[in-house]
Amino acid sequence: MSGQPLDPRTAPTFPAAARAMLGDTQLRKNVRHATGVIQTKRARVVEEMPDWQELRESGRQIREHTMRHLDHYLQQFEQNCTRAGGVVHWARDAEEARRIVVGLVQAEGAREVIKIKSMTTEEIQLNKALEAAGVHPYETDLAELIIQLGQDQPSHIVVPALHKNRQQIREIFQREMHLGTLGESPQDLADAARRFLREKFLRVKTGVSGANFLIAETGGVCIVESEGNGRMCLTLPETLITVAGIDKVVPTFKDLEVLLQLLPRSATGERMNPYNSIWTGVDADGDGPRRFHIVLMDNARTEILADEEGRQTLHCIRCGACQNACPVYRQTGGHAYGSVYAGPIGAILTPQLQVLNHAQTLPYASSLCGACYEVCPVKINIPEVLIHLRNKVVRKKGPLTPEALAMRAMGLVFRSERRFRAAQRMGRVAEAPLVRKDGQGQGWIGWLPGLLGGWTQVRDLQAMPQQSFREWWEQREKSEVSRGN
Amino acid sequence: MFITCYNDTLFPETGKAVVRVLERLGHTVEFPAGQTCCGQMHWNTGYQAEALPLVARFVAQFRHAEAVVVPSSSCVAMIRDHYPKMAAELGDAGLQAEVEALVPRVFEFSEFLTRRLGLEDVGAYYPHRVTYHASCHGLRNLELGDGPLRLLRAVRGIDLVVLEGMEQCCGFGGTFAVKNAEVSSAMLAEKTTAVLNTRAEACTACDNSCLMHIQGALHRQRTGVQTVHLAEILASEDTGSAGAAR
Amino acid sequence: MATDAREAVLTRIRAATGNAPETRAVMQEWQGIRRQYRQHAARDHEGVLELLIDRLRDYDATVQRVSRDEVSAVAARLAAARGIRRMVVPEGLDPALLPAGLACETDRGLSAEELDGLDGVMTGCTLAIAETGTIVLQRVAGQGRRAISLVPDYHLCVVDEARVVETVPEAMARLQPTAALATTFFSGPSATADIEMTRIKGVHGPRFLDVLLVRDGERL
Repeated sequence: MSGQPLDPRTAPTFPAAARAMLGDTQLRKNVRHATGVIQTKRARVVEEMPDWQELRESGRQIREHTMRHLDHYLQQFEQNCTRAGGVVHWARDAEEARRIVVGLVQAEGAREVIKIKSMTTEEIQLNKALEAAGVHPYETDLAELIIQLGQDQPSHIVVPALHKNRQQIREIFQREMHLGTLGESPQDLADAARRFLREKFLRVKTGVSGANFLIAETGGVCIVESEGNGRMCLTLPETLITVAGIDKVVPTFKDLEVLLQLLPRSATGERMNPYNSIWTGVDADGDGPRRFHIVLMDNARTEILADEEGRQTLHCIRCGACQNACPVYRQTGGHAYGSVYAGPIGAILTPQLQVLNHAQTLPYASSLCGACYEVCPVKINIPEVLIHLRNKVVRKKGPLTPEALAMRAMGLVFRSERRFRAAQRMGRVAEAPLVRKDGQGQGWIGWLPGLLGGWTQVRDLQAMPQQSFREWWEQREKSEVSRGN
Repeated sequence: MFITCYNDTLFPETGKAVVRVLERLGHTVEFPAGQTCCGQMHWNTGYQAEALPLVARFVAQFRHAEAVVVPSSSCVAMIRDHYPKMAAELGDAGLQAEVEALVPRVFEFSEFLTRRLGLEDVGAYYPHRVTYHASCHGLRNLELGDGPLRLLRAVRGIDLVVLEGMEQCCGFGGTFAVKNAEVSSAMLAEKTTAVLNTRAEACTACDNSCLMHIQGALHRQRTGVQTVHLAEILASEDTGSAGAAR
Repeated sequence: MATDAREAVLTRIRAATGNAPETRAVMQEWQGIRRQYRQHAARDHEGVLELLIDRLRDYDATVQRVSRDEVSAVAARLAAARGIRRMVVPEGLDPALLPAGLACETDRGLSAEELDGLDGVMTGCTLAIAETGTIVLQRVAGQGRRAISLVPDYHLCVVDEARVVETVPEAMARLQPTAALATTFFSGPSATADIEMTRIKGVHGPRFLDVLLVRDGERL
């Protein structure tokens, strides 16, 4: 049923995957349109908040504080959730988390589950595991439904199907929902999804979700959504199973007053998203599921926690603002990143979730322009983490790659004035065979060898001038001295 | 003045222009000969070990300067955002103290004029249609804001036109342009399209690195549009014979 | 097994953070978190109410200001205009407020299928947040189970003026004592922008929302 999941362990390198995406005109048009719309909306609702920067700072401090005391807050959450009738499970990795969820579903005797959009369950490829166990998962978020029915993969954290346009969605719905006629207006398509899913909501007795925030103080869980599919899955089934990364915990209910202002404005450009649900364990008077399980999953998050410079990656609240702002993401879309976490946050999160054994090209998938840092609601300095990870990749690859040797040589040059001068002279000599004069008599290079060839694919390079600045300066000093005499 | 390695080698005219402007304003310019590179390329590409020794070299060259003027925002960002941390990493308390004392005296060229000297009009004359690209490091790391634009607006004879998507990255990003050449090209295509749409004769910025990137495509496409560093515009004077854009 | 995982994860965390301070120290550090954002209303109450009305209408909800005595008649008119014939109401909603002459079924554990057969729901609310156009429902008398305000396609919500605050932090402060109750924030009718970022009103939750803002600060 579902397509081949995005898996960083087997994905091609970013430059190779990006090359394929750049040729997809329709995808690029769709991505450019969607990110443009969200960016404009976000800018408008952020602009109207006089205390936006203060909220960002508070958000950063809350997240930083939580990570510093993660063990404390997770245990507090566990205790309060359990007291309220929830069952807390712990998972060291994706495999263990899948095993727990599949086991719980099977214990219910369920053959179907309804699911709320959840990046965490995408991360652990839960649907594939459920299907292998003979359980059919119904994705109920409109975008996730489009992805699932189209055997596609999510390309954005918040709007996973933004790479599809209405005509493409209509085609998928018509085929998969067996509809004779279907209009192609977004309203027609949303109505079709409503009809298709309503019957599932009323029938299926087991729900599976992720979580936006776990509230340590109360043992409550908060989910932020738009369509109401989340409320359906959280309210109507008899059993609810929630999978959450251990990074999702927040200390107190009060802290939500910061995060619930930052998240919707950053994610979808709304003042508040249509629905936030908060529930605590199970309700004794029959409001909502009678059984509630929550799986607290590590899956390499503690590795990130142990790296002081990488740790801020865990502050992420999954708003996707960095993706919309990123000039690289807007050219390639999300699939090029080979992971469910795409864009700038994906470029730092994915390699770290793989302990840098895979996805080594992702830290380089950025021009370090800083647009991501500028919009991040909890002030994750993504460029700083990218540079940190590049250093780790370099160390992992060792000192003998052609690039490392070239860098070492350049390093020696910059450490000595004499060598620097010599290199400037040598550069002029070395480039000479490549230089061609243009109509204005200016020298240009139109082709470069090896590693540098990427530059001259679409760009010329101006030849080095005959005199460096320092040579000019010295000449001037000399003539001034002689004039002084 | 810290000219920076690539301006020294590839864009001496920018250095000369900085000297011209500063001397015109009555300042004395010194050029410590031992200067080389700030270490940005190594640092940003992941070769931190190669970048670390350059901190001490920079301090040794510039410790006595009243102000260090640098015609490159990305190099200033490197010094301002990373040198304190790098000095700490080296574990040299003396160096750390010197970095701390020196960094507040390091200015990007336009920043030195607008913030340190409080100037907008530096007596320049440049009778050309020009558009301005806000380079990422200048915009986001140094928060130059509209400083460069205010300097440009005060230039006599200039026809300054707004660049659509002025704050969008041109796709250079140092080794990014080589490692991810295709994506970089796609980003560059948007930038050059915007530049051409302004019908400007020249595109200016505070960073020759971005300009070299943009110029590379403008030249390959034979557009006839030039790039010129902000310092060179500000250095131009009315000599009776108006020169062409660079 | 499960206990092993718990211990393993907690041990890894402690190794990573390298500390395990006392609860008191953690709380003190939490109290030191900078909170310079707005935590109080900047407008007078009338201004706050106007803001709420503006924001709700921005979400395509209708809003009317009424006195408590007028609720029943206005509710009946609104429901009729929407073609509503049968509504569900939670236990504890003042019978005097119910739409005059309309069949109202009180929820005593209706199944999802039964709720699906009803046209609408009428509830009160715990509070409303003007700045974001948000209404907050909790599992209390007059507001009911979460399912009743979810499955029917039409929601008629009665908001007492005294329950309207301007900002999110004010709302959270008021909700703090009942933080553990099942709580739903809703801001306009359910919506999606998943298709070409075009906002579509109403996917799974109620597609139509009418709000009655009750004057005089009378409690429901």
